[in-house]
Amino acid sequence: MDILNAIILLLNYIFIPALTYGSQLALGAIFVTLIYGILRFANFATGDMMSFGTMVTILFTWYFQSLGISLGILPTALLAIPFAIIFMILYMLSIDKFVFKYYRTNKSPPVQLAMVSIGVMFVTQAVVRIIIGPSDRRFFDGEKFIIKAREFKEMTGLNEGLALKSTQVLTIFVTVVLVSLLFWFLNKTKTGKSMKAYSDNEDLALLSGIDPKKIVMITWIIAGILATIGGALYGLDKSFKPFTYFNNMLPIFAAAIVGGIGNPFGAFLGGYVIAFSEIFLTYAYKKFFMYILPESMEPESLVQLLSTDYKFAVSFSILVIVLLYRPSGIFKGKVL
Amino acid sequence: MKKNLNVIAAYSIMMGLIILVGIFQSWNIALSIFNLCLISAVMTMGANIQWGYAGLINFGIMGYTALGGLAAVLISVDPIQEAWRAGGFDILMCLWLIIVMILAIRFILKNFEKSKFRTYGIASIIIAGIIIIRVTAEPGIEAIEAVNPAKTGFLGGFGLPIVFSWIVGALFAGGLAFIVGKVALGLRADYLAIATLLISEIVIAIIKHEDWLTRGVKNVIGLKRPVPYEVDLQTTDWFINLVEKFNSGKLDVISNLAERQSALNQLVIEGSSVFVKLCYSGLFLTVVIILLILTQKALYSPWGRMMRAIRDNEEAANAMGKNVVKQHLLIFILGSAIVGIAGAMLVTQDGLFTPGSYRPMRYTFLIWVMVIVGGSGNNFGAILGGFVVWFLWIEAAPIALFLINFFTAGISESNALKAHLIESVPYFRFLMMGLGLLLIMRYRPKGILPEKIEIK
Repeated sequence: MDILNAIILLLNYIFIPALTYGSQLALGAIFVTLIYGILRFANFATGDMMSFGTMVTILFTWYFQSLGISLGILPTALLAIPFAIIFMILYMLSIDKFVFKYYRTNKSPPVQLAMVSIGVMFVTQAVVRIIIGPSDRRFFDGEKFIIKAREFKEMTGLNEGLALKSTQVLTIFVTVVLVSLLFWFLNKTKTGKSMKAYSDNEDLALLSGIDPKKIVMITWIIAGILATIGGALYGLDKSFKPFTYFNNMLPIFAAAIVGGIGNPFGAFLGGYVIAFSEIFLTYAYKKFFMYILPESMEPESLVQLLSTDYKFAVSFSILVIVLLYRPSGIFKGKVL
Repeated sequence: MKKNLNVIAAYSIMMGLIILVGIFQSWNIALSIFNLCLISAVMTMGANIQWGYAGLINFGIMGYTALGGLAAVLISVDPIQEAWRAGGFDILMCLWLIIVMILAIRFILKNFEKSKFRTYGIASIIIAGIIIIRVTAEPGIEAIEAVNPAKTGFLGGFGLPIVFSWIVGALFAGGLAFIVGKVALGLRADYLAIATLLISEIVIAIIKHEDWLTRGVKNVIGLKRPVPYEVDLQTTDWFINLVEKFNSGKLDVISNLAERQSALNQLVIEGSSVFVKLCYSGLFLTVVIILLILTQKALYSPWGRMMRAIRDNEEAANAMGKNVVKQHLLIFILGSAIVGIAGAMLVTQDGLFTPGSYRPMRYTFLIWVMVIVGGSGNNFGAILGGFVVWFLWIEAAPIALFLINFFTAGISESNALKAHLIESVPYFRFLMMGLGLLLIMRYRPKGILPEKIEIK
């Protein structure tokens, strides 16, 4: 019984939150990696593009709510996301046309493109704050819990409850579906394969008749989809605040690099590596040991490896270690 | 003279703008803008040395600024005896342990061949060391933080004049840069940017949460000043006389003695705050000028030529026998040290240290906008960038408000859109910075004052 309690405890406080957070990071990391692999620059506007997508989702959600449309137990935002994606794709394509295209055709060094992306970051951030304001916004409606902790306790008779939020299930489910679709697209379709070819070797790809304009357009479209869904899922699960999104850029970068930048599968796993290590290292295991150890050996302190204040620092330290020992990431991405 | 015409023109326009602020808003605002412009200029000089001279991208400016600020605290605050008695011994023990750990790692690195075994050995030393340090430090840290937590709760500093911290801040930042440089400088440019950004976040996390050292988010307030206090000035005779002399024209008009006295008091209160700001301006200006002379000398020295050669073609410079790695590390340390000075200056001026306020937007990306807008590789350009961008950063809200009112003049005051726009005026500064950066990058990629290399 104690063992079961311990397992439920870990599931409730480590496994499910980490899986959710990891999924959110993974979507962002794939976004970063795609831009890096195909357009060849580090996009510092990642976080703000995601917040822009979320903002559009929220605006559509409000609109639908005012019309009285809802999805019952599911959040209305799910209905808003497709519209937001269309809007976001237009936004991405226009940014590319007015800003990034010039540098791409001029074959500017990646650093210059990264600087330009900082300009885009400033502008996007300003637009988001001017339109929706900098404050915290919750736009979740519908049924909050699938399993409540108390119900679970009553059902199983265990001491530990397992709370399962619907947003958590939604996040994991949507991520798995989206990422499977994406990998199917990249690996099986002709366009996806040509994107990979373009990322591997631009000159050779051009030589074999791949249209770079089309590749770039498709990249931005996928980026728009990922940014909107990733951002909206994060917002549904936690809350929407422009500043948090800007900060999330950092663990997202860490995930992309840890996984091997330029490699979408690596980025996907990188998200989970970062999320799990952040939560594993900062969780206080006292209760866990109380369940599995005999009473005489129970720990007195919290048995916490690092205080939760260092949550972000954990992911950055992992990144530094990876950069030191395996600069191309865990799954070989572009070699530095 | 003629070839420097654009420099002189740009700087006089900038000064003119600040003077306009002084006339139309108030001299207090103008001077505080000017002071922060000077501090920004020091930061941009640091970034410019790294980026403009050597092509190294450092997005960790925030971390070095914060370390400079930490230096200001550690130098100027009086030591808190009680805290030292409570937990000083444990902390010193930890310091010892860290030194022993580093020496042990160095010993292993020197005496053993590179192998898997050695890597695991070092890793286990680090992990064991961290655990031992945590166990030793825990009671000490708790004891220190329990000493009068509302007011102190940290170890305090050395109680020296705060100006020393400008040098110590440079040392701190340089020390961090040495470690970061050793770790990260081999990376390609955009990876280096990300790595330095993340490392600076780690530094901020440590400063924010190690309360025994920095008081963390509880902030340190009331740091000692290198210049007189307003309250003291207001009661000093020579200062009152000075204000009286300065404003004699204005005061002579008032015939009523009591009225004259109250007018004089008002002027003295205003004057004292302007005077304090002027003192700061003088100090900062001295630093800027010294740094400018040094960096200009360095730029035109054989060393500066070598740096540019490395920047423009690393392989060629390497083939000529220049040690690229060593020079990169050196310039990384120098640039970061200058940023550290700026961090200490900033805390000196504010008189308080707020770890929570160090955010990448303000202390990394904004500084980079300054460098790019001003003109990388040109010190005068970098300083000008600091002035222009900071000026716009502060004055963006009034400008945006004016523009909104201008364009929506026909719309009634109660219009929801207009009200919303006026409410979000503060965020137009981000828009302005972004658009400015994008326009400059597109149409004048070398900045307002481009790099100019004269071969004599």
